[in-house]
Amino acid sequence: MANIISDETMEYVGILAKLELSDEQKEQAKKDMARMLDYIDMLNELDTSGVEPMSHVFPVNNVFREDEVANGDEREKILKNAPAKKEGSFMVPKTVE
Amino acid sequence: MAKQYETVIGLEVHVELATKTKIFCGCSTAFGGAPNTHTCPVCTGMPGSLPVLNKKVVELAMAVGLATNCKIHQFCKFDRKNYFYPDNPQNYQISQLYLPICYEGGIEIETPAGKKIVGIHEIHMEEDAGKLIHDEWEDCSLVDYNRSGVPLIEIVSEPDMRSAEEVIAYLDKLRLIIQYLGASDCKLQEGSMRADVNLSVREAGAKEYGTRTEMKNLNSFKAIARAVEGERARQIELLEEGKKVIQETRRWDDNKESSYPMRSKEDAQDYRYFPDPDLVPVIISDEWLEEIRARQPELRTEKLLRYKKEFDIPDYDAGILTGSKRMADIFEETTALCGRPKKVSNWLMGETLRLLKEEGMEPEELSFSPENLAKLIRLTEDGTINQTVAKEVFEKIFREDIDPQAYVEEHGLKTVSDEDELRRVVEDVIAANPQSVSDYRGGKKKALGFLVGQTMKAMKGKADPGVVSRILTKLL
Repeated sequence: MANIISDETMEYVGILAKLELSDEQKEQAKKDMARMLDYIDMLNELDTSGVEPMSHVFPVNNVFREDEVANGDEREKILKNAPAKKEGSFMVPKTVE
Repeated sequence: MAKQYETVIGLEVHVELATKTKIFCGCSTAFGGAPNTHTCPVCTGMPGSLPVLNKKVVELAMAVGLATNCKIHQFCKFDRKNYFYPDNPQNYQISQLYLPICYEGGIEIETPAGKKIVGIHEIHMEEDAGKLIHDEWEDCSLVDYNRSGVPLIEIVSEPDMRSAEEVIAYLDKLRLIIQYLGASDCKLQEGSMRADVNLSVREAGAKEYGTRTEMKNLNSFKAIARAVEGERARQIELLEEGKKVIQETRRWDDNKESSYPMRSKEDAQDYRYFPDPDLVPVIISDEWLEEIRARQPELRTEKLLRYKKEFDIPDYDAGILTGSKRMADIFEETTALCGRPKKVSNWLMGETLRLLKEEGMEPEELSFSPENLAKLIRLTEDGTINQTVAKEVFEKIFREDIDPQAYVEEHGLKTVSDEDELRRVVEDVIAANPQSVSDYRGGKKKALGFLVGQTMKAMKGKADPGVVSRILTKLL
């Protein structure tokens, strides 16, 4: 493997993804990430000059909706997906910025 | 000599677009619904749901871009901005980083030192987040996703402003353009327009910018002006003490007139943007762009010139009338109905402004109909009611939008033109005020005014003071 993921990078990625990993899982994830970067390096060996950058895998564009209300009040159905609810709202641990 | 400092300000302005539905789903954007009654799997981030772009959002964003002299990226796309916060159900916000729809524009503002261009770096489309309500009794927060997915444009200015006055002038101009386009109502109090202030200070003449802070939670023009002054003073004080300004986001508390840090640099945001694979690119053809350009309504500057030319309205008055989209609409619709532009202008410039000031209201909050103002003008024109009564009736129109014709009928406010009836009242007044009568006869002409006043009072204002004066003179 040409790429090596440092412990600091691993720690940082964990914070960003809000994941708590065991030491063992961290080592495995470092290896996985290094392999991914190696693969990208391999792709970078290709000469892509003159190839237009791709923005989407499908050759489709301009998929629109008209601005018309299509949905009604489905609060009860939506709230069935809530782990906890109160007063018609999703209930979450107190989060204050 | 004390050091001179220059303030450098750039703004990020979020505007909620005036669409009927959200940006990526068919849920209503109506303000004030019961929590979560305008939600669906898309705007609550349920796995497997697919966003589909609202065409109107693209058109309104283009319209704002064109009106602010921006270039348009005719190939544009959406990106995901990743962060965790309960008001953001997908754990990413769909926004535009790499190819925002509009870029490199600017608008002209008036400053005490003359005209000045404030550059617009870019305008991008994105979705709004939900709203968190913190429970007072339990250790929890309640999330309402009605606002989640409401379309926003974020207008990012260049750091071209140097004072609170310039910031307000820029915001005022921007708001007016967007209101004229009908792209948003831009109400700061309701949050349909929000401004974040990026501010740094540097010694006068310095080339490099200082470290900047970002100020949030500004919901009135006055709060923005105070926050600019407050932050400028805070940063200068730090520098004078030999300390450093820390790059951070601060929250303005307008009651305390001070700010406190929200996020420090340690948890600096790394949003890991990447193209949203659920949304296909938007390609804006030349034809589409031209169609939007052709549909642009008359903006303020053109309207102002037209009012002066077409209706012979003085410069100052035309400025006030066109200073609010609502005011301009009422002026034009009423004029179309009654054909008396000067009279309409007088009612708006006089009584309307007076009552707005008295109530502490903005012109955008005016709620009376042009029909009723036009009727009132007709009633005064044909002499059915006099000016005093008209003012009283107008106040009713202003507050309750009553039909003046019905109101005047119902309350018996018509001017009495029957001279016999008037003469009887005048005779009573003469009999009741012998002192004034002898004063007048003794040469004190002023006494006549008093007697006219007494007669008007006895008539409850429903007489023509000119006629009353004539009858009085004759009888005396």
